[in-house]
Amino acid sequence: MGQFLPFSKQVLKNLFSEPATTQYPFVPREYPERTRGHVDIDKDSCILCGMCMRSCPPGAIKVDRAGKTWSINRFDCIQCGYCTEKCPKKCLSITPGYQEPGPEKFVYMVEVPYEPPKPAAKPATPTPSQS
Amino acid sequence: MGNRSVVPFGPQHPVLPEPVHLDLVLEDEKVLAAIPSIGFVHRGLESLTSKKDFNEMVYVAERICGICSFMHGMSYCMALEDIMNVEVPRRADYLRTIWGEMSRLHSHLLWLGLLADGFGFESLFMHSWRLREKILDMFEASTGGRVIFSVNTIGGVLKDMPADMLKDFVRQLDEMEKEIRETTAIFLDDYTVKSRLVDIGIISGEDAIRRGAVGPMMRASGINVDMRKNGYGAYNDIDFEVITSNKCDSYARCEVRIGEIFQSIDIIRQCVAKIPDTEINTKVTGMPNGESIIRVEQPRGEAFYHVRANGTKFLDRFRVRTPTFANIPALAQTLQGCQYSDVPLLVLTIDPCISCTER
Repeated sequence: MGQFLPFSKQVLKNLFSEPATTQYPFVPREYPERTRGHVDIDKDSCILCGMCMRSCPPGAIKVDRAGKTWSINRFDCIQCGYCTEKCPKKCLSITPGYQEPGPEKFVYMVEVPYEPPKPAAKPATPTPSQS
Repeated sequence: MGNRSVVPFGPQHPVLPEPVHLDLVLEDEKVLAAIPSIGFVHRGLESLTSKKDFNEMVYVAERICGICSFMHGMSYCMALEDIMNVEVPRRADYLRTIWGEMSRLHSHLLWLGLLADGFGFESLFMHSWRLREKILDMFEASTGGRVIFSVNTIGGVLKDMPADMLKDFVRQLDEMEKEIRETTAIFLDDYTVKSRLVDIGIISGEDAIRRGAVGPMMRASGINVDMRKNGYGAYNDIDFEVITSNKCDSYARCEVRIGEIFQSIDIIRQCVAKIPDTEINTKVTGMPNGESIIRVEQPRGEAFYHVRANGTKFLDRFRVRTPTFANIPALAQTLQGCQYSDVPLLVLTIDPCISCTER
């Protein structure tokens, strides 16, 4: 019907080969460059436009224009990267390194030093000469 | 006549982490009938279309399944591209095909592991998953995710694979192919494995058609059905034969899936050799208005997508029929007349994904 003990070759191989797993806590895992771990912000180029907040599928990002803050609840973030696609200034990026589990959810907040440009002074309209 | 009784199977059962319930009508140890019922993990993902716009829905569609996540995202994007008359760049088609076949590889290796676990061959289970792990690493290196890839977008893909990465993947797959051949040979030749699979759970081709089976379940009954032959993505440029078997039993389903593992590796090689150097996505503007039906071949079988849009950013209707849902009637047929001890194994042979089924 079938071969008898065809697995024995693999068994012998297993005995004399390195383990397939790593010694995890002692040898930390190395992530590839593209790993989507967490969202990072370059606060100097952020213009507080709020595109990331409006596009975020789980609603994890909050942008406060008045208080000049950008915040993310990393426990709600699904690392989809849609905010990085939508950001007009490309100041958001996804980098390796996952959010560590914790006893309670917290919000990561960044103060953005953005100064909105002052509205340009109205061009002086020539007054009709009174003659 | 023996004693008749009804024994519940699931929704919690050691062989499956997912909840499916079967009422098994037994006569002594023989199953006379199996009545399936589902609905334990319904998440209402389809109705999220009323809350998330059609671009955000790409990420929701991906989360329908943890194994075919790439294919779900891809089929959703294909449906929207069809509605919005977007021509996807050829390179994006090829990249989607490569990632799609990698999904098939890791899904089939996962299934082989679960099957081995189902009949109690623990070390074979671990070897299958050891091989699968390498595919997941390749996914992480190319897309940034191991389970959810988030690389599909309406109009193409978001990430490119440079030529050296593609070459490295082919080299890794060449190395893996030898190891996979050694491991899968045990599934096909071992006496104990065969004693659990051969002539168990027979479903004829005629019955499979009548019950609407899809995917490897159908092909293992000798029916040549494969949606990839419809030529979506890059499949019309790829040379491949649909793998079928005429044995109609559980062993045939195992054989077909093992054949597809090697076929996927071959398709990836062909894609890497032929991939054109074009853009990877086109800019899509405007709102979708219209209706589309997409059928793709997922690792578990044919998935059917129906999307209807009404010219606003929220879709009217989003409906998915996943392969497991189509295979449940065929499963009920295979269970008729089997031994009670074979039920867990037969449930596994359709490669059930209940979260997909209930969405």
